Amino acid sequence: MAERVRITSSRRGATRPTDRSLGHELREQTGLGDVYLRGLMSAQLRLSATVLAVGALLLVGLPLVFALVPATRDITLAGIPLPWLVLGVAVYPAALVTARFYVRASERIERELRDVSAQPDPPGAGGGGP
Amino acid sequence: MISELPVAMITLVCLLTLGVGAYGLRLSRHTSDFYVAGRAVSPRRNASAISGEYLSAASFLGVAGLVYDKGLDMLWFPVGYTVGYVVLLVLVAAPLRRSGAYTLPDFAEARLESQLIRRLSSLLVVAIGWLYLLPQLQGAGLALQRVSGAPAWVGGLVVTVVVVVNVAAGGMRSITLVQAMQYWLKLTAISVPAFVLVAVWFHAGRPSPQPPNPTWAEPGGGFGASGHALYSTWSTLLALALGTMGLPHVLVRFYTNPDGRDARRTTVSVIALLGLFYVFTPLYAVLGRAFLPHLAPGDQPDTIVLNLPLAASPGTLGQVLAAVLAGGAFAAFLSTASGLVVSVAGVIDQDLLRRRLARVTGNDASSINGFRIATGLAVVVPYAASRLVEPLGIATTVGLAFAVAAATFAPLLVLGVWWRGLTTVGAAAGLVVGGVSATLAVGLTILAGPFDGWAGVLLAQPAAWCTPLAVAATVIVSLATPRHIPAGTVRTLIRLHTPESVLPS
Repeated sequence: MAERVRITSSRRGATRPTDRSLGHELREQTGLGDVYLRGLMSAQLRLSATVLAVGALLLVGLPLVFALVPATRDITLAGIPLPWLVLGVAVYPAALVTARFYVRASERIERELRDVSAQPDPPGAGGGGP
Repeated sequence: MISELPVAMITLVCLLTLGVGAYGLRLSRHTSDFYVAGRAVSPRRNASAISGEYLSAASFLGVAGLVYDKGLDMLWFPVGYTVGYVVLLVLVAAPLRRSGAYTLPDFAEARLESQLIRRLSSLLVVAIGWLYLLPQLQGAGLALQRVSGAPAWVGGLVVTVVVVVNVAAGGMRSITLVQAMQYWLKLTAISVPAFVLVAVWFHAGRPSPQPPNPTWAEPGGGFGASGHALYSTWSTLLALALGTMGLPHVLVRFYTNPDGRDARRTTVSVIALLGLFYVFTPLYAVLGRAFLPHLAPGDQPDTIVLNLPLAASPGTLGQVLAAVLAGGAFAAFLSTASGLVVSVAGVIDQDLLRRRLARVTGNDASSINGFRIATGLAVVVPYAASRLVEPLGIATTVGLAFAVAAATFAPLLVLGVWWRGLTTVGAAAGLVVGGVSATLAVGLTILAGPFDGWAGVLLAQPAAWCTPLAVAATVIVSLATPRHIPAGTVRTLIRLHTPESVLPS
């Protein structure tokens, strides 16, 4: 038991910090870990809110446009009225593109976090660097 | 005369479901296997399984029935079913997986560290699950009656028996395999006849669709019957977009992803698979208007998908297509009902039966038996209800289940994942306010509705007022009770948001 205590406390300073150091900060909920969490959450939330706002604007706006601008109902493509094409077909690729975009952006945020965490001296003074 | 082929097809689908289930049974050994397939399901198969489970009777029969009956506006239903996954992806997919919980009540308890919240969530899972099972069983009765003339109670009973045998015997592992297969079965069953029917339509000289009323093809025409088209459109959209994340059978499946990143990728595939399916459903409504402008008296609009082939092409071709569609419809009943029953049974087992059974025996064998008993309970109650309640239309009833989920679990999940200030008291207040208001509105609509005027619209489309009400209750009460922020909030949020590569579990 005494041995185990010595290993955790004394070797930590001696070995080069690995990419687990951020995990350690987060797990132990140090002040640093808290800074990371806030940064991560706000970056992800900003992304999610943007995607949702654009999507909501389109979906809420669509019935409104159909209701307020009757001309949009009379447009036809290959004999099919525009509202049918939009609601029956076009919505789905749009949803897929949105989802793809979100996943890429959100994984980029996570990758940046991991890259920061892999650096020898984690965050403090502005992290990133050239 | 038309009964043999569709009945043979339905029998085949049931046997196939049981067969694949039995194959999976050999892999299912421990309790954790029963619930979430040992967490070793690849994203692609998982996406097929999620879609297979999600595309219920409402999608296979209900959407076409609604569009046939009420027109363009009803296309918002499949749009909402799909957009729900975009919202789920953007707000909760990865964090939910990283929470590492099995079920919705597990997540609620882990995040809020409260047995009360757990019990409230369990109650809601059962309520939403039963509400969603009701139209599946009614739809099964309707479909079997339509194709074979069997009494309406038979179809629901067939689904009940197949699901109980499959779920109780194999649990989730076999179900994952079954569900993945069901998606491709359903896609084939909806798309191939659609292509053939379009060809028949061209061959018949492209008869034009006959709208039942002048506004059928117009935006605002379908919801306009209530006189409040825009409100109804938006409320439906909100219910479907937010409700998806709160459906018990959807969440369980996210726990079977290996990690948060895969949970997101799975969701993207789900959106693609759903879109692919929903492109075909409106065709049945439009062709139905062309070939069968008037239903036989007593036929529900929900049967249009099954009625169309014989109306378009009386003869062998029509019979074969009708059989394929009947098989696909039963695949839809079976897959959604299985998923719902797994979730509801899991909750009944864990939160109602487990402790009582453990008191008697207390080993692993008893917990699997408990799950089997719970499976019976989970499906017999909605079956009984399906015999007692007058059908309201498949997609409409399913929409009500979404509304309850949107007013209860959506605020809990979103605020739980993104807000540090959420307190146990606030969460409980939100669940109670959202749950009571939404179930009252839904209950009144099902049992005594539909009502006239604004009151009727608000009761039939409760999401647009119940959800904000629940969010407001949660936030206001949370702000008033800052001492009840769970002690482990920061630790939990770290786990929910940190990628596994940084924070290995």
